[in-house]
Order: sequence, then C-alpha cells, then structure tokens
Amino acid sequence: MTEQSLHRRRFLLGGAAVGAGALLTACTSNEAPAQDNAANVANAGANSQPGTPVTIGFSAPAADHGWMAAITKNARAQAQKFSEVTLNATEGTNDVNQQISQVETLINAKVNVLVILPFDGKALTAVGQQAMDAGIQVINLDRVFDTPLAYRTWIGGDNYRMGVNAGNYIAQQMKAKNIASPVIGEVAGIDSLPLTQERSKGFKDALARQGFAVGPRVAAEFTPESGEKQTSNLLQSAPKLDALWNHDDDQGVGVIAAINNANRKNFLMVGGAGSKNAMNLIKSDAEPLKATVLYSPSMASSAISLARLLGQGKGAGDFAEHEIPAEITTYSAVVTKENVDKYMDVGFDS
Amino acid sequence: MTDQAESVRTGSAVEPLPPKEKRSNFALDTRLIGLLGVLVILCVVGTVTRPDQFLTEGNISTILRLAAAIGVVSVGMTFVIIAGGIDLSVGSILALSSVWLTTLATQAYGPVVMVLCGLLVGLGCGLVNGILISYGKVVPFIATLAMLVAARGLAERISGRRTQVVSNAGFLDFFRGDLLGIPVLIWMFALVFAVGWVVLNRTTFGRRTFAVGGNPEASRLAGINVKRHTALVYGVAGLCCGIAALMVVARTTAGASTNGLLYELDAIAAVVIGGTLLTGGRGSLIGTLIGVLIFTVLSNIFTLNNLDTDIQNIAKGVIIVLAALLQFRSVKKTKTST
Repeated sequence: MTEQSLHRRRFLLGGAAVGAGALLTACTSNEAPAQDNAANVANAGANSQPGTPVTIGFSAPAADHGWMAAITKNARAQAQKFSEVTLNATEGTNDVNQQISQVETLINAKVNVLVILPFDGKALTAVGQQAMDAGIQVINLDRVFDTPLAYRTWIGGDNYRMGVNAGNYIAQQMKAKNIASPVIGEVAGIDSLPLTQERSKGFKDALARQGFAVGPRVAAEFTPESGEKQTSNLLQSAPKLDALWNHDDDQGVGVIAAINNANRKNFLMVGGAGSKNAMNLIKSDAEPLKATVLYSPSMASSAISLARLLGQGKGAGDFAEHEIPAEITTYSAVVTKENVDKYMDVGFDS
Repeated sequence: MTDQAESVRTGSAVEPLPPKEKRSNFALDTRLIGLLGVLVILCVVGTVTRPDQFLTEGNISTILRLAAAIGVVSVGMTFVIIAGGIDLSVGSILALSSVWLTTLATQAYGPVVMVLCGLLVGLGCGLVNGILISYGKVVPFIATLAMLVAARGLAERISGRRTQVVSNAGFLDFFRGDLLGIPVLIWMFALVFAVGWVVLNRTTFGRRTFAVGGNPEASRLAGINVKRHTALVYGVAGLCCGIAALMVVARTTAGASTNGLLYELDAIAAVVIGGTLLTGGRGSLIGTLIGVLIFTVLSNIFTLNNLDTDIQNIAKGVIIVLAALLQFRSVKKTKTST
C-alpha cells in the first residue's frame, strides 16, 4: 500500500467519522410536536376564593421516572392556580442527606406549610418532626413518615386497594363471561419492595373472596425490558390465560409487546398506575389492555390544595369538621373504555 | 502471517505464541461436553416438569428470542475477554444506543437511520473505550467502569428518563417479523454468532486476538499493532451492543435508559462458564453460546413452573461456581501438559 493511498484512506475515514457524528447529534432531539401537556389541577370548590397569602415549601425525590416527574409538575401547576400561593420548591434529590438539608432550609426560610414526599420515609421523619416543632404544618405525601408526630396530614396512594380493585374487576369480568375456573396471571414489580407485596396481597385477597386464585406469577423490575422478558416466559407457561394484571404501566409497555410478539389474544389485561400511554390504549380498545387501576400523581395537586387550606386555617368543603383530616388515602379507580375520557387529565407521561 | 512465522520472529527470549488451539483443544472439548451436558440436563428437567409446554415450537422460539440480545452482547464480550480485557459498559452502551435510535428526531428520519444510529452509537462508544485503554493506558476495568456510568447518564439525559415508544411501523414490522418462518431476531443472533465464529477462528483478526490476550509483548515483537488491535476489539464489543439495542427495542417497542441493566454481569457470566479464561488468550464462542442458553433456559424453566426468582438466582450462582471449578481443573491440566 503506498503512502499516498494511506493518506487518502485516512482522510476519507476521518470525513466519514465527522459526518456520522453530525448525523448522530441531529438524532438526539426529543422535541415532540406540540401536544397538550397540561398538568392536572384540582377543580375549584367553595374554597377557591383567594384568601390570605400562603408560602408553601415543597420537597420531593428526583424526577427520575414518569410518575415522579408528574408529581413535581402537578404540584407546580396547582400552586400557579392560586394567586395568593407562593411555591418554594427545592431541586428534587434521591440523596437523603441532601433532602434533609433542603427541608431544613425551607424551615429556616419560615414557609407557612411544608409538602414533603420523602425519598425514604424513615430517614426524613426527624426533620418532619423538627418542622412540626417549629410550628410549620407538614403535609406528608405518599411515602409515609415513621410517626404521625412528623406530619399534620398524610395524603397518598393505596397499594393494597390497587390490587383489590384489579382483582375485583377481573373477577367481575370473568363472571360476566361465564368462565368457571379462569387462569389469572400476575406480572408484579420488584418483589422485595413492600409496595409490591401490598399490591400482590390485595390482588390475591380480592380474588380469593370471589373464589378465584392467582395462577402464573412473575416479578419484573418496573422497566419495559424486564416486563417483556418475564411476560414472554409467563405466556409460554400458560397456554391458556384468561386474565393478567400488570402492576405498572411503564413496565406494561414491555408486557404488551411480549403479548403481541407471542401473538396471543382473547384474554383480559389490566394495568396499574394510569400512564397516558395506557389510557390511550384503553381508549382505542386495542388488544389486550382493557383497564388500568390508578395510583395517580394527581395526589400532588391535592397536597398543594390542602397545604393552602391549612395555611389559611380553613377546613375541607362539604365536610362537617372544621379542620382538614389527618389522613387522606386516594382511591385507585378502575379506568375502562367507558370512563377513560373522564380520567385522561390524570394520565401521566411514563 | 502464519503461526510458525510469528513464533519464529519472536525469537527465544519470549514465550512462543499459543499455537492454534492444538494443545488446549482436548481440555476445552471435555469442558464443552460437560457444559452441553448441563444444558441437556436442564432441558430434560424442563421436559419432565412441563411436558406439555417445554419442547413446543413457541417455547423454543421464546427462549431463543430472549437469548438473542444477551447472546449478541456476549459474542462481543468473548472477543474482549480473549484479548485479555474486560468490558463493564455493555449494558449502558446498549441503553444509550436504544435511547438514541428511538428519539423523535431519529424516528422522523425512518427505519434505516434508526438502525444506523443504533450501530454507530454502539461502535463509537466501544471505540472510545478501546482508545482510552490502548492509547490512554487506562486499565480496562476503570475505563469501562467510567463508560458504564457515563453512557447510562447520557441515556437518561437524552430520554429525560422517559420510555420512548417506537411509532415507526416499518422498523417494528421488520424486526418483529419472521423470515422463512423463523423470527428475524433469531436470524440476527445466528448471523452475528456465525460471523463472530469465522472471524475468531478463521481470520488473522481472530488469531491476533488470541495472540494479544495470550502474550501482548510477544505479539508486539511479532509485528502485531497491539494498541490498534485492542482498540478495535472494544469497537467490536460496542458494535455488538448496538446490534443488541436494535433487538431490545424491537422486542419491547421502546427505548429506555433502563434497557440492558446488569447485562455486563450476565454476559461475563456466560463467557466465563463457556470456558473463556479471564486472563485472556484462550476461549470459545461455542462455549459462550451454551452459557447464554443455560441461563435463558434456566429462567424459562423457573417461570414455566411458577417458581420464585430468588431460587433461580441461587441456582445461577451454583452453576457459575461449578463452571469456575471446572475451569480451574482444566487450567491445571493444560499447565502440566505444556
């Protein structure tokens, strides 16, 4: 090989590399065509008239997945709705120490009310108590503190009832179809997490009440890839499957892909959490997803509304009590084709 | 260049290069037979416990499709380990490729650009690894550890940690379809494996890979450009991750920064139980293939029988340890025979 042709080859290779680099960089944009990304906010009730100004401190984990991103987005959107509310939101973090110091900073800034979704409830309990001792009312969102001394009000989701409602819906559908002893599968999330255990227990208990049992069960990892892998094997283990509950709609992307890969039809699939993607599939009535049970990040909007009422010393409208309740558990509604339009506003981007 | 010529040129000051498999053939073969035995035993267990399901066409096809992505990654890993290196970043490179090829901008260009994107990102990351290791003199463990963290971080950055669903029907239809009644994914797996085997066992590139892993100094004296070769080997591993990314996206219809989690450990495990020495210089792609299949069949059997995943992980650990013990024995045998 001559020297000249070597130079030419290197020049051409270099040019190709630069070109490829330019092409690749052009491929990293994720700008979607304009779409309606409105966060969901609470409807105005009798309490919606502007009251005394309230400053709300907000602290949550990093928005590292769709659900958590929706929590932060909803909190901001709800605060914007009230002219008298100032939201003091800290940068989301998954470092417990950093979250503790963020909450301490908010305490020192003398906010009126705190809304805290702790990365780890146990680890943040002390700082929650510190805020309460300093006379700042704390709203504990979803992941619960160790003691009620650390919060004024807790609002969060209901993992057990998620399972119960999924089980009841499936049982009711099976009875409507006159299937005597249905094969009911389950694709759980990470099995070592208490929330997964609660969901599975609720599912099992509800089915048992109706005289049914959970059949083939696999545990995935809340990721689309693990959902696909586990479901592919599960489908092979159950040549006959009548219903399937998948705990999480993000992992559900993979679960549905596996079902389509295996070309399986004629069974009922129910999802969990309530992503926008799942709601669109339910709306289009495509196989196999027919319903999803909510664990909705709209709870963050409600937490901000509650914080405002607490700050203004008001109670919840329509309740006989003068005060805001100490604990509020959101309901895991079953979203089906019939009511999906009503719930579209709480669907989140997974 | 032939082996004899290479060892002649090395002179007597350094060890001759390992001749092509002749001396170690017997040890490798007995181990391969042992491995194959493990796979056969697993298949027998599967057939006995689920006679109605295990050997059906659907199940075999599922096993092979699940083995495809990790199998392709393991082919690349085999090259790297034979060349005396290690690559911890394969899972992260796969995630980055899968996210990059599923961004809205890429999808707008159509399936051909999506495929090119996935392959180029994989190859690029692999070459960065290789250049850092061979020209930057960074230890493979450290360089690829950095890539493991950084590539996944970039994947999270680009995707905003969202699951990017593929809406491009052309891409999905092709990769999820069949060709002559066999899923395209299985063809891809077979093709990558066949090309890998030919390159490793029948070309200069393959012989140099063995040589560089067995004795880099002797290889350098024999006129092999060890640095360039090492960089290229990591490029091959990266390219394999790009191919695997296409497979994962096709299977899950989505690119996500969580794709390929822990693939590095699964791939290293498969390569090691397949009889490839972590010290480099010796190894077998067939062994890697059997290793991948053993793990895939294992998890398939556990799910078919509705058993817990924790028991499965214990079994996986036991198999890795047994294979390592076998390997230790075979190394001793070959040491005494040389």
